[in-house]
Amino acid sequence: MSEVPVLPNDWQLIVGLEVHVELATKTKMFSASANRFGDEPNTNIDPVTLGLPGALPVLNQHAIELAMRIGLALNCKVQPCTFHRKNYFYPDLPKAYQITQYDHPLNVDGHLMLPGDVRIGIERAHLEEDTGKSTHFGGSSGRIHGSDYSLLDYNRAGVPLVEIVSRPDIRTSEQARQYVAELRSILLAVGASDAKMEEGSMRCDVNVSVHKPGTPFGTRCEIKNVNSIRSVGRAIDYESRRQVDLIESGGTIRQETRHWDDSTGRTETLRTKEDADDYRYFLEPDLVPLVPDPAWIEAVRAALPVLPAARRKALAELCGVDKDGESAIVVVERGQDDYVRAVISAGGDARRAVIYVQQAFAEQGAAPKVPAKDLAALTILERDAKVTSTQAKTLLTDLIESGGGDVVAMANKRGFEALDTAALEAMVDAAIAAEPGAWQKYCDGEEKALGALVGAIMKSSKGKADGKAATALLQARRG
Amino acid sequence: MQKLAEIVAGVSNGTLSASAVLEEHLKRISTRESEINAFNLVTADQARLDAAKIDADIKADKKVGALAGVPIALKDNMCTRGVETTCSSKILQGWKPPYDATVVTKLRNAGAVIVGKTNLDEFAMGSSTENSAFGPTKNPHDITRVPGGSSGGSAAAVAAGFAAASLGSDTGGSIRQPAALCGVVGVKPTYGTVSRYGLVAFASSLDQIGPFTSDVRDAATLLEVISGHDPMDSTSIPQSALSLVSVLDQGVKGMRIGRVTDLPEGCEPDVLARLEAAFDALRSAGATIVDVKLPSLQYCLTAYYLIAPAEASSNLARYDGVRYGNRVDAADLNAMYAATREAGFGEEVKRRIMLGTYALSAGYYDAYYGKALKVRRLISDDFARAYKDVDTILTPTSPSTAFKFGSKTDNPLAMYLCDVFTIPTNLAGHPAMSVPFGVGADKMPVGIQVLASTLGEQAMFKVAAELERAS
Repeated sequence: MSEVPVLPNDWQLIVGLEVHVELATKTKMFSASANRFGDEPNTNIDPVTLGLPGALPVLNQHAIELAMRIGLALNCKVQPCTFHRKNYFYPDLPKAYQITQYDHPLNVDGHLMLPGDVRIGIERAHLEEDTGKSTHFGGSSGRIHGSDYSLLDYNRAGVPLVEIVSRPDIRTSEQARQYVAELRSILLAVGASDAKMEEGSMRCDVNVSVHKPGTPFGTRCEIKNVNSIRSVGRAIDYESRRQVDLIESGGTIRQETRHWDDSTGRTETLRTKEDADDYRYFLEPDLVPLVPDPAWIEAVRAALPVLPAARRKALAELCGVDKDGESAIVVVERGQDDYVRAVISAGGDARRAVIYVQQAFAEQGAAPKVPAKDLAALTILERDAKVTSTQAKTLLTDLIESGGGDVVAMANKRGFEALDTAALEAMVDAAIAAEPGAWQKYCDGEEKALGALVGAIMKSSKGKADGKAATALLQARRG
Repeated sequence: MQKLAEIVAGVSNGTLSASAVLEEHLKRISTRESEINAFNLVTADQARLDAAKIDADIKADKKVGALAGVPIALKDNMCTRGVETTCSSKILQGWKPPYDATVVTKLRNAGAVIVGKTNLDEFAMGSSTENSAFGPTKNPHDITRVPGGSSGGSAAAVAAGFAAASLGSDTGGSIRQPAALCGVVGVKPTYGTVSRYGLVAFASSLDQIGPFTSDVRDAATLLEVISGHDPMDSTSIPQSALSLVSVLDQGVKGMRIGRVTDLPEGCEPDVLARLEAAFDALRSAGATIVDVKLPSLQYCLTAYYLIAPAEASSNLARYDGVRYGNRVDAADLNAMYAATREAGFGEEVKRRIMLGTYALSAGYYDAYYGKALKVRRLISDDFARAYKDVDTILTPTSPSTAFKFGSKTDNPLAMYLCDVFTIPTNLAGHPAMSVPFGVGADKMPVGIQVLASTLGEQAMFKVAAELERAS
């Protein structure tokens, strides 16, 4: 975990996030064209996508279902809703309006829990359609202004989106990163989106303001183009310092949209509130209100998988690890928690099982090749001190390479046998005798001196000694 | 001139050939179209192929559709695959849609022969067809007068015998008013009865496609073909096609017909006289005339001229020169937008885009668009109360008969008043139709409007058929 920069002089950070996710539907929000990333430009188009005169939108039922899954997974109320038109001119917006939800969105009033039981409110999660993609050529900024020409790809136009709007409940950039990571794992778990930030199927707009506790929130700036979880943190850290510095030097914050530049690590003004479009929202007359049948909502709710937070909690309880710790998070994110359960069912040591899987199974996916019983046998060998933890790691690598096997035979083949306690005690005596200076320093409280002592033990045992056990013995001797 | 029903009967039983029927209509077009200007495009070559195909099918004893061999004209705001669709606007000149509107598909499947695309007020905004970028359409009864609008070309095409029937679109009266002024039958069905897929939108919550024909039976036949649920239009009512022809001979005995006692002023006396004659005719046929009040009627015109332009400002924003239609190049993107739209749109379209943009703007929405939506609910409530006591309501279709060219072009408000009787129906989403019922003091046709409640088309057609028998 990186260091969390703290704002000076009691300034408090206030962050809210707007996250857009493309839904994993086969077809578009309002037409039968394919919803597929990476195809040849302008191949997944039709009269509706292009906004041709006379074309009309028809709602994609699967998009509604995926949006409900998101809402229900975020503890939202799913309600009857309507669609509005958001009017503005831009070449990648074919109808010159985006169909979105305004005052009556599908999902409202939910929340998401972060590590440490921090509750982040979800104001709404509404359905809307994506725009096409513009690429500008010539000029320096890569934006339309000053460019020589632009190319338009409407494959993305009309792709179904859900916009998830948090309440301004986030107080640190670390929480913001955790929020995005947790949201992403939920989206993946419910199968609503592939949530690839690098491909743009999950995109974050970050609203940042600063204030002093006990005073109203400051003016906020919205930061766009934040395309990775790391950038979310960096952009917030930069922007909050910018705002504090500006206020403390006598300036005032303008409400504006700012652009995050990942290469310079800075935000810059994109447009001010005065330049902002008046979107002239009004009820989309080409669609009728969407009133999800309560039975449908309940069926979607019943079909939801167990969500990552609950899976982490269950796994942590089973294995005796922290539910917000790295092993629970990583193993659940990879979907390997069922595998860990299988290892435990096969008689494996629970804590070692989850840690082995976390550390060594990054490439393995949800169904690792190593049979659960083999990994279970390895955890038992180590637990019973038949092999040292260092040896266990070597055997784990062997297991993964061979795709399973008899770990006892593997240990024998490598000539591994753990030293018994009496032999280890003798080696500790020898090490203290050999390194009196180090022992004295260690006894005086210099923890670093431990390294020389353990090193001596490992050397005299030719690596067979268990480093942890040796450390424990040295600590016991020191008293 | 042959009626639609006669053509279908004759073509289907082999006594008429679709090709011969088509040639008669094409001949009338070649004789009079240069003075009437009903069409933006006559698709004679394709029509000849389509007619020949029908005749071949008949010869081969293949089953033909309910409109076999009927020459039909389409308002030029309905998309036809590969055939120019302009909305009588320079901005869409030359644009060929890659798809057919649902109504066009239905017509083709029923064996209709499409003869061309008819003129309209640009993007269906107007009441005289004078707002067309390609010149006005003339009224076939008197070419110094307007045919009404916005579907003036479709109304004139039927009145001049260029087509046995045509389709128009009605947002505030754009089928009924030109039908009245040209002396033909025009129907605006219940909102959601006919698919809007492929109809170039003016005001989406008000637009509805409907037929022009020379009599009530033909209108019923055509509406049966084009109505019915379309999964491509989310506002389409999920129900099967209307059944109308079967009720036409049932008469009006026992029906209750509403007379609006608080009708807005400004209607010509000769038109009001025809309305009274219509009530008399229905009374003698056994109907009861019942007074009804529609207090919100007086606010409808204002509400309409906020709602329709608001939706139009959004619907017409896509004509930006980026993807299709005409583009005027300029130094940067915003300048290109401005130059394209300045050159591409006519005065009335620009006026309504400005009006609508203003009505939806932050700080004005509640006072204008929001208020207009309230009026929309009020008039629906008024109608709901009235239809507890009556089956249909009768009003004039238009406050006057066809007026002279140029007489209202300098005064947009005077032009907007042409729709004072037709607009409330659109706001409520109800059906209404115009039936010719005699002539005014100037010997020009007068239309009587029959209104009904949601999906009240059968009652409406019964009354319309009775008026036709009495006229």
